[in-house]
Amino acid sequence: MRDEPLVLGIETSCDETGIGIVRGHTLLADAIASSVDEHARFGGVVPEVASRAHLEALVPTMQRALDTAGVTLADIDAIAVTSGPGLAGALLVGVAAAKGYALAAEKPIYGVNHLAAHVAVDTLEHGPLPAPAVAMLVSGGHSSLLLVDDLTAGVTPLGATIDDAAGEAFDKVARLLGLGFPGGPVIDRTARDGDHASIAFPRGLTAPKDQAEHRFDFSFSGLKTAVARWVEARERAGEPVPVADVSASFQEAVCDVLTAKAIDACRSNGVDTLVIGGGVAANSRLRVLAEQRAAKYGITVRVPRPQLCTDNGAMVAALGSHLVAAGVAPSRLDLPADSSMSLTAVSVPG
Amino acid sequence: MLVLALDTATPASTAALVEVTADGLFGVVEQRTVDPRAHGEKLAPEIAAALAEAGVRPRDLGAIVAGLGPGPFTGLRVGLATAASMGQALGIATYGVCSLDALGRAAGPGRVLVATDARRREVYYATYQDGERVSGPDVDKPAAVSVESVERACGEGALKYGDVFGVPVEEHLLHPPGAALVAIAAQRIREAAPSEILTPLYLRRPDAVEPSARKPVLT
Ligand SMILES: [Zn+2]
Repeated sequence: MRDEPLVLGIETSCDETGIGIVRGHTLLADAIASSVDEHARFGGVVPEVASRAHLEALVPTMQRALDTAGVTLADIDAIAVTSGPGLAGALLVGVAAAKGYALAAEKPIYGVNHLAAHVAVDTLEHGPLPAPAVAMLVSGGHSSLLLVDDLTAGVTPLGATIDDAAGEAFDKVARLLGLGFPGGPVIDRTARDGDHASIAFPRGLTAPKDQAEHRFDFSFSGLKTAVARWVEARERAGEPVPVADVSASFQEAVCDVLTAKAIDACRSNGVDTLVIGGGVAANSRLRVLAEQRAAKYGITVRVPRPQLCTDNGAMVAALGSHLVAAGVAPSRLDLPADSSMSLTAVSVPG
Repeated sequence: MLVLALDTATPASTAALVEVTADGLFGVVEQRTVDPRAHGEKLAPEIAAALAEAGVRPRDLGAIVAGLGPGPFTGLRVGLATAASMGQALGIATYGVCSLDALGRAAGPGRVLVATDARRREVYYATYQDGERVSGPDVDKPAAVSVESVERACGEGALKYGDVFGVPVEEHLLHPPGAALVAIAAQRIREAAPSEILTPLYLRRPDAVEPSARKPVLT
């Protein structure tokens, strides 16, 4: 092995087939095939459609990644693959393929945690992560606050959504407003022409009574229903729906809660670095609000560029590279796809 | 040439090594685990064990043959993803074979029904005359499968719904044998036919419904 390991990452936990290649902490390739268009008419990701698409996309996406990086599978030092959490059938395609590559090329394999990989990817762009740090991961599949001490040893969950994920709320509200799927980018765009203070939508789990049990948890289901009620009342009254104002006010409610809780998590843990990842991290309002609030308390906000925020193989390769460097033992060939994988272990123990 | 055969179209995860020569086939080793929920965990260790048992390394393989199903989707994809990735890593050809055909071929002479469990009280099935498929593959309720002039049946679906089919079941032939998969692809292997993309025989569309009109939330 050279001084910097060449690590391949495979990600298939949702609707993106991602293959990433890193050397040490340098990104060499990040190939993606997405089945998002196939899910659009269903208004959300259909697991079987995603699984079929992964199987079709894997080999060509791998080839693109290898060609881009200018390496072959024989050059690779280790293979990392998302073991969970995610859609069971989708994960299994990536895990099976990773095992095939590992077996054939006689390389070690690491089954890794998807959420920890979302955190690890930031080190490709912004260097080593100060310890401890707080990570907020927000996407269509997850909304979590994590305390990260040593990325290779384990991550402590502080809170998570108790119902819808943040990105899911964007999808549902976009559908309600007839804006299409996925909801995140289109609401972000639509909201630019609206007034975010025009409608006071509820902020889930922020009441004083929620502090004891749900201080760092999220809830977006009530918000989504409140938006639906507000829109419907307008329609029933025969009045036009101010789509831009509704979008902006909804987005503000989501971003307000997310950033308030993330900053609270940093302050209560004496942490001065906040990493934001997941597809919703691309939201322009979230970034602005996070920066503003963090600045007040001397907290640094780190957000990877949008392509690295959404699900990708680079993040898995990045985490794999940390594990190899830390001398963590590889997983075994019977490693499972674990749709509800916990964060107690960052990788499947060997 | 040493050929790896993989099949995960039934509750069995099968990995076999078969030597293909100009005029024959020699089964070297076969590893099999029967567990409908564990293809993802069992198959790769089985391949490693088969290679170790035969005393060969992955680079000694000349081709890979994989059962394309039909079969329960999640497990089926494990075999195909593994075969495709190994083929790519080794730079060797992959060939697809209908998994039911392997059972039909192994069943030998006569009119044979091959049926495997498709869940939801249905079977994947096809009929064979002297090892050659004459109808199917298809998916349906056992009662809807024609057994006209069928002499015998094989496959775990035939065992499960034996009382519905009412024909003798070959209980030793429940899962696709690796050697039969290779036998069906033998000509392609000997001719060094172009590698094939391994596309599953799904036979069913994904369960997905387009959302209906918005439900009112105001009451
Ligand atoms: Zn994700």
